[in-house]
This record gives sequence, structure tokens and C-alpha cells, in this order.
Amino acid sequence: MKVLVAVKRVADYNVKVRPKADGTGADLNNVKMAINPFCEIAVEEAVRLKEKGIATEVVAVSIGDKACQEQIRTALALGADRGIHVESSETLQPLAIAKLLKAVVDKEQPELVLMGKQAIDGDNNQTGQMLGALANMPQGTFASEVNIADGKVAVTREIDGGLQTLSLTLPAIVTTDLRLNEPRYAKLPNIMKAKKKPLDVLTPEELAVDVAPRLTTVKVEPPAERAAGIKVESVAELVDKLKNEAKVI
Amino acid sequence: MNSSYPTLNYHLGEEIDMLRDSVYQFCQKELAPRAQQIDSSNEFPMDMWQKFGDMGLLGITVSETYGGSAMGYLAHVVAMEEISRASASVALSYGAHSNLCVNQIFKNGSEQQKQKYLPKLCSGEHIGALAMSEPNAGSDVVSMALKAEKKGDHYILNGNKMWITNGPDAHTYVIYAKTDNSAGSKGITAFIVERDSDGFSRHQKLDKLGMRGSNTCELVFQDCAVPAANILGSVGQGVKVLMSGLDYERTVLAGGPVGIMQACLDVVLPYLHDRKQFGQSIGEFQLMQGKIADMYTELAASRAYLYAVARACDLGESSRKDAAGVILYSAEKATQMALQAIQALGGNGYINEFTTGRLLRDAKLYEIGAGTSEIRRMLIGRELFEQSR
Repeated sequence: MKVLVAVKRVADYNVKVRPKADGTGADLNNVKMAINPFCEIAVEEAVRLKEKGIATEVVAVSIGDKACQEQIRTALALGADRGIHVESSETLQPLAIAKLLKAVVDKEQPELVLMGKQAIDGDNNQTGQMLGALANMPQGTFASEVNIADGKVAVTREIDGGLQTLSLTLPAIVTTDLRLNEPRYAKLPNIMKAKKKPLDVLTPEELAVDVAPRLTTVKVEPPAERAAGIKVESVAELVDKLKNEAKVI
Repeated sequence: MNSSYPTLNYHLGEEIDMLRDSVYQFCQKELAPRAQQIDSSNEFPMDMWQKFGDMGLLGITVSETYGGSAMGYLAHVVAMEEISRASASVALSYGAHSNLCVNQIFKNGSEQQKQKYLPKLCSGEHIGALAMSEPNAGSDVVSMALKAEKKGDHYILNGNKMWITNGPDAHTYVIYAKTDNSAGSKGITAFIVERDSDGFSRHQKLDKLGMRGSNTCELVFQDCAVPAANILGSVGQGVKVLMSGLDYERTVLAGGPVGIMQACLDVVLPYLHDRKQFGQSIGEFQLMQGKIADMYTELAASRAYLYAVARACDLGESSRKDAAGVILYSAEKATQMALQAIQALGGNGYINEFTTGRLLRDAKLYEIGAGTSEIRRMLIGRELFEQSR
């Protein structure tokens, strides 16, 4: 079984991101970049499927400018077999990414697509679902457990009311949540081996996908600073403030 | 560089960046939370060795044939830096093992010796040490008194070694001994000695100011027979073996103080935001800003020098005065920076619940171990004067 894993290059989760002075986006100059943590969980799951003998090949795909190859190499060091880089210096929105992934899915014909439920930069939580619609594949989002047997994948999802288990017919798309697994650390010899693994570069033109943005970012600015709270004397006062001041009840 | 703020990109390459990230994540999760405990109990965390081995950290400069990771000195320096950032004492033991012992055997050992000793040292099954200093021979190496007398196909060792890192825990020791008292620097030979050799024992571990948990002790040899096949290099070539490794040793170990300096910033920067006086974060005050400006700048300068010297080692252009220079500079800066970190934390900096006291005690070692600052200055100055004659 072939598994396709999508990985996104984002600012490291430790970084305190700030807007650029001109408000056109986040200032990523000299900022530490990393694989989106949810994508890393997807890579780990794919590698574990391979170690269990369920997957035969794990292909890591990333979309963006040339620097994304660093994240593909990291996925290769973690155990993916080969990489695909769709190179584009455009600003890519979830729909464009989903269309490009659809083209890669058509080309590669994986039986399972694993990806993060969202990326920690835009927190869009859209690409997996859009890909499901475009590729006409069943989707199991927010996975905290994945079991594959007899041409089906059982996906345990974290939903508001608790856990829900879906059974999807392969090929399918699974987006990963935080508790699915704990990713491993790349071992040094595997970091050395990663550079010998194949990495193909494609372009949106080759895949015949129009990536023109549909949305325009007007301005990026930091959230307003939180004002200091107040102490209330009684429950009655609290209810009064919630009702008449905050107008939430 | 893993930090919450932007830092200069030293362009060490994708591989080294990946290695740093992996070692950082690993050490912050598995080692940093235990560092305080390791310091106060003065106990070496044995279980870390297997984990280091699994990561491929122990034989970082050794070829894959012997279980190594086939990387270079720059990689080794960055690993040393990130381990030191989490626990400087465990990193010191790591440096003694992976460079002083493992790299010396890899560089100077016979094919048989490499096959016999390196795989277990690289996997973490065995711990390595190197012994040069004696109670009365530190900087003055040639004055060492540990005797090795030839008797048949064995050498009989008699004497003591002092301040030996990993001494209490190691399985494999590289030992320098006198094989010819009259031959001066040509009378010293390096041996590989196994822990269980008859006549070889270890005194109890030393109670040190810092680097606690990196165990140090005196080694005692009483009619200890070592097979001639365990000579590292050849008879009388001990000083050559020793000197050939010193540039790499100083370079790799300089990752230690650089990691400690980063650890100083790691504790001071959040504190400057959290600690409020006169109604504002103390980081708003210019005197505190001046402190972190100096800390950041000295760290960046030490890093730039260190990576340049490590790269030169990888290119086969190692430079004695610069290997001594980078550890001289970074070691002294690290001690001073740890003092500034204590100052920045004020009363909290002075109590052992915070890490700054440990950083100071650990940093001081690097002005003494692997040649004192005085010896390093003498070496750099002498070489520079000779070379400009």
C-alpha cells in the first residue's frame, strides 16, 4: 500500500511570531522554521504503518518555495522513502494546495493520504476536507487512532462530544490530531541517508493547476492587548455584568 | 537555532540544522528536566547512554563500518552544544566518551582494535574514557610517571591517573604511560585498557564544584598487565597520538561553553519578561537590556569562531592556535555570562532552585579542563610569535 503524506513548512511552534511593520504578513526573517507539528504526526503514522508491514512506500509531498525541501528531507530522515516538491513562490491558499494535492494524488494513486488536521500558521483546517471533495475520496478528520484492515481504515476522531469511529473504504484521506502518536527524533545516520533518497520537483504548470489566490489579505496586525480583569463581589454582580456589560447571557 | 526570537543564520547546511533540531528536541525532553537532579545527586544517568547510542550521537565522527554516524567535527560541535544547553555535565561525559576515547581509537587504532572496541562504544553498551593527567602531571604532560614495562608480549602498568572523566563508569580507557623514562616526549605510549583488567582499580569518585553527575575519579594501576596488541599507535608515539587529538578535543569541547551560554540566555530572557518591578518588566530597564545585549553578542561571536574552527577541522585545515583560541575565549565568556545570569535573576539567581548557579559551577570547568586558560594563552602566543618570526 502506498501512503502519501503532506508536510508543510511553518514557523517553529516555539517562535513568537510578529507581523511585519507594513502589515502585509508575518515577519519570518531569521525565524526558525520546522515541519508543522500535525504534519509530523502524519509522517510518524505513515512510518509506523510501514514498520508494521501495512504500507509498502511512504511518499512525502510539500508545496511552496525551494526552502520546503528542508521539511521534505526531515520527513525522509524520519523514514519516508521519497519526496515530491511542488515548487511555487506564489502565496498558496488552501484551495490551491488542495488542487495541487489532487493532481499529485492522480499521479501517484496512493491508497491512503495522511495530513495534519491544520497547520499552526494559518490554522485554516480546510485542505484535507477540500482534497476529499476534489478527489472524491472519503475523509476521516481529527484522527486519534487509525487502524487498517481488509481494504478499509477505521478512524477514531476527536469530536466535541467525545470519540467517534468511522470506517472508510480505501483509498481515503485521514487528517491527524495531536494524540494520534508521539513523533520520533531523527537519528543521525538517518539524517545522512535522507540526502540519498529521491526527491522529484514538479511545478503547478506541469500539474496544470491554477494557483491564483481567491482571497486578498487586507492587513495583518497583532491582536489587541488584553486589558486587566476585575474582581466581582458576588454571583449576582457577576451575572449582572455578563448580562448587561458583556451581553453574553 | 531553536529559540522563540529570530537569530542569525550561520548557514551550517541543512544536515547540521536537522541534526541540531533533532538533538535539541531530544535533549530538552529527555535530559533538561533531569539536569537539576543529576547535579544535586551527583549521579551519572546511565540510561542516557543507550539513548545517545540509539540517536547515533556516540560515534558521530566514526564511519558506519564500526557503528558510527559518519559525520564530521562541525556536527560533533553542534551536538555537544545542544547537549550542554540541556545538561553541561552529561555533555562533558559525552565529549570525553565520543571524542577523547572513541575518536582517538577511530583515528589511531588498528583494524582489530577498531572492530573490537568501537561498535559497543558507538551503541552505548560501553562507556569510554581517556586518561592523561596525574596527581603531579597536568599541563606538563611529559612529566607523567605512570610506568609501562615490557614483559614478554605484555606491558606491566604501575602508577596513578587523576581527574579522569567517566573514570568510575567506563569500560574502555585510553591510557598514556611512560615506556621509556629517558626518551622524554618520545618515551610515552598510548594503551587501550579494559575495565576488568587485573591490577586496575578506581578510587571513589571526586566531589566536584560543578559538572556533578559527570563522574570523575583517580585510576590506580598495580602490576596491571596490558597486551602489547592494545598499544594505540606505536611504542613511543603516545605524545603524537595525544597531540594529534588535542585540536579536535578542544574544538569539540568548546561546544560546551557555547551551549552553557545559550542556556544562560534561555533562563534570563523569559525572566526579564516575567519579573516585574516598579510596575513593569525588568527587561524594560536599560541596564538589563545592556546585560542581554552583551550576552547575546558574546554568544554570537563565540559561535561564529567555533563554527569556523570546526569547519576547518572538517576540511583538514585544523589550526592549533585557533582550537586553543576558541575554547579559551568561549570558556572565559561562559563563566562571566553565568555570573551575569545570576545577577539578572537577583535573589533568585543565588538560590539553587534556579539553574544559574549550576551554569556558573559547570562553566568554570572549561577554563581548567583540556588545558587551562594559561596553557592555552601560552600556546597561542608562542605559536603566533614563532610563526611570525
